[in-house]
Amino acid sequence: MVKITFIDSGGTARTVEGEVGSTLMETAINNGVPGIEAECGGACACSTCHVYIEEAWREKVGTPSPMEEDMLDFAYGVQPNSRLSCQIKVSEDFEGLVVRTPDRQA
Amino acid sequence: MSETIKTDIVIIGAGPIGLFAVFELGLLDMKTHLIDILDKIGGQCAELYPEKPIYDIPGIPYTSAQGLVDALLLQIKPFNPQFHLNEMVEKVEKIGDPLFRVTTDQGKQFECKVVVIAAGGGSFQPKRPPIPGVEPYEGKSLFYSVRRMEQFRDKRILIVGGGDSALDWTLNLAPLAKKLTLIHRRSEFRAAPDSVNKMRALVDAGKIDLVFGQVTALHGDDGQLQKATVKTNDGAINQLECDALLPFFGLTMKLGPVANWGFELKNNELIPVETAAFETSVPGIFAIGDINWYPGKLKLILSGFHEGALMAQKAYHYCYPEKRLVFQYTTSSSNLQKKLGVAPQTAQPA
Ligand SMILES: Cc1cc2nc3c(=O)[nH]c(=O)nc-3n(C[C@H](O)[C@H](O)[C@H](O)COP(=O)(O)OP(=O)(O)OC[C@H]3O[C@@H](n4cnc5c(N)ncnc54)[C@H](O)[C@@H]3O)c2cc1C
Ligand code: FES
Repeated sequence: MVKITFIDSGGTARTVEGEVGSTLMETAINNGVPGIEAECGGACACSTCHVYIEEAWREKVGTPSPMEEDMLDFAYGVQPNSRLSCQIKVSEDFEGLVVRTPDRQA
Repeated sequence: MSETIKTDIVIIGAGPIGLFAVFELGLLDMKTHLIDILDKIGGQCAELYPEKPIYDIPGIPYTSAQGLVDALLLQIKPFNPQFHLNEMVEKVEKIGDPLFRVTTDQGKQFECKVVVIAAGGGSFQPKRPPIPGVEPYEGKSLFYSVRRMEQFRDKRILIVGGGDSALDWTLNLAPLAKKLTLIHRRSEFRAAPDSVNKMRALVDAGKIDLVFGQVTALHGDDGQLQKATVKTNDGAINQLECDALLPFFGLTMKLGPVANWGFELKNNELIPVETAAFETSVPGIFAIGDINWYPGKLKLILSGFHEGALMAQKAYHYCYPEKRLVFQYTTSSSNLQKKLGVAPQTAQPA
């Protein structure tokens, strides 16, 4: 388990336990973190699990695959640090990870 | 208005559940017409995840979602279902006992004895672009589809997106437009490489503009666009003058007209049914697949298949009130095999 913090668009931070090997989207949904809809259940088919990775973490978290980039075309307010949280696997070195959720998903 | 189409059953929605219902109804001699707002057959499977795997169809350890749709189409071929794509069912009216009139947004009318609502998560509709305050422009100077190209002659057009729709309309409208600008958030495009090459050739020839960035605001009067604010990827903010905006951000499922058909919806989005035949509160109207609700409901394809089989048994009595239904297996019934167009395995002629 690693600690992961989700900050919503209003600035409220929620720190939850993420299970190594599960996805960031699952971590949010399983812990009732608002701001992530994940309509397609993690199939990279809906882009409603959009998050912004805090600058300091971007390198560790990595860059989107071409398939994820395609899906990001449909997200709202895409920025260079945008990712789809269902495509990010939680790993040991995510302890302390901070991500932000956008003000709307769809 | 075109002539009314008379049939046994109208199925609203051509997703996997509507497709398999054709099979179960067909075995019992009921003719079907299917209507879907999508431009293709297969519902969520075809639109949202055609290439993704499905592992929980009984007896099929693995298939792609499109593979399942293709297999279903093959399976129902003997029953010659009629498809009406690109059409939204707007109205369902009871006009007899049981007799229904179903009307689409294209003015097409159907008369049928039974209506099967297999509308899934609702109808697929274009996603609103991620721009604040788009509503006043919709349908006036902001369009999600092009029905008449002439409407855009000599206009300054902005097209937003990087998929096939955005590129196809860029290529189609470029010769008509006074000025056309394609805006996409990155330099890679999802669209077919051939269209991308053609588009780039137009850019190189100075016929259209290509901008990498996002539209952040719209400006205009009374629904008529005048300008769009565009933030380009290098951080610059530009104002682009325009008369029309065509945003292509894909499709999303919205309940749509189903909400107006008089059902008391569960959680504002699901049609409650009983579980002997998945009939709604209106006799003769059934709801199967993702659109229905009953205690224990699971939104799985296999559950929807089961619902279709039970629905067909009851639908039979509306279509053939005087006949008795005899239960038969496809394995052993020469009658069913004849309908399927497969030769009976027993009873070889001497
Ligand atoms: C990414 C993803 C993965 C999935 N994986 C699985 C899986 O592994 N196993 C599984 O069992 N299920 C899976 N599902 C769920 C499965 O796809 C659905 O249960 C199934 O598609 C439901 O079928 P349906 O025919 O009821 O509805 P849909 O597939 O939603 O089709 C309904 C159709 O009705 C049309 N429609 C609605 N209203 C109207 C109207 N008024 N006029 C005209 N047309 C209308 C819509 O446009 C749509 O095409 C998955 C879903 C997604 C998104
Ligand atoms: S949950 Fe749908 S794309 Fe991530």
